[in-house]
Amino acid sequence: MSLTARDKAVVKALWSKISSKADEIGAEALGRMLTVYPQTKTYFSHWADLSPGSGPVKKHGKVIVAAVGDAVSKIDDLAGGLAALSELRAFKLRVDPANFKILAHNLIVVIAMLFPADFSPEVHVSVDKFFQNLALALSDKYR
Amino acid sequence: MVQWTAEERAAIQGVFATLDYESVGRESLARCLVVYPWTQRYFGGFGNLYNAEAIMANPNVAAHGTVVLRGLEKALKNMDDIKNTYTTLSELHSEKLQVDPGNFQLLADCLTVVVAKHMRTEFTPDIQAAWQKFLSVVISALRRQYH
Repeated sequence: MSLTARDKAVVKALWSKISSKADEIGAEALGRMLTVYPQTKTYFSHWADLSPGSGPVKKHGKVIVAAVGDAVSKIDDLAGGLAALSELRAFKLRVDPANFKILAHNLIVVIAMLFPADFSPEVHVSVDKFFQNLALALSDKYR
Repeated sequence: MVQWTAEERAAIQGVFATLDYESVGRESLARCLVVYPWTQRYFGGFGNLYNAEAIMANPNVAAHGTVVLRGLEKALKNMDDIKNTYTTLSELHSEKLQVDPGNFQLLADCLTVVVAKHMRTEFTPDIQAAWQKFLSVVISALRRQYH
């Protein structure tokens, strides 16, 4: 389900609207993922505190959302732009790619919560497609 | 059998208390048909589903959204035996409607997004966890009669 020109425009427009709350979005989404899908905690056993709003969650949420923002800027070549991130996941972190979908769902829930007026079904479908393509790019180097 | 904590029951009942079945039902089903267009295959008789605007204004979609929410209410009222409460519904979806059960998760996800939109920060991570657990139990019950 490749990104049309319209999808790309919609994602870019939404991102510029929501980037002021980027850190909050990242922290919330990550916190929710760890709470609602406890199996994802297995990747963060080295953190002292996995609860929503904790230091490690806030810090890593920021990292994640910065990377998403970066992906938005590289939307015309996600596989190329995210190659290094993909290799990190493939060879070092070994995150099961099913989890990318889980995080995407939580990012979408948080965006809907914080920006309900900006998250119409038409925007939702482009964002969902973008996250799907992002996940594909992130798992590109797995095998 | 599913175990519900007191907090989970309260959370789920709390979410339902905020829901206007008609508007949430309509929004969720419409959103599902827009975000996951292949789901439109089950609604051939619904008339104009040609674009997002048409879908969101379609009265059949609205009416059916309410039907879905009323169905969920049945599960809410029988939380300790959703499995059996849904036997006929499950048979309906598998034998008569022949809905690919993968679609249940898609509609559930859209419902969660609509709830988040309405409840905003009141939709805390713990409430989201309880709500999604409820939806997974519902989906599992709906899948039970597929053979």
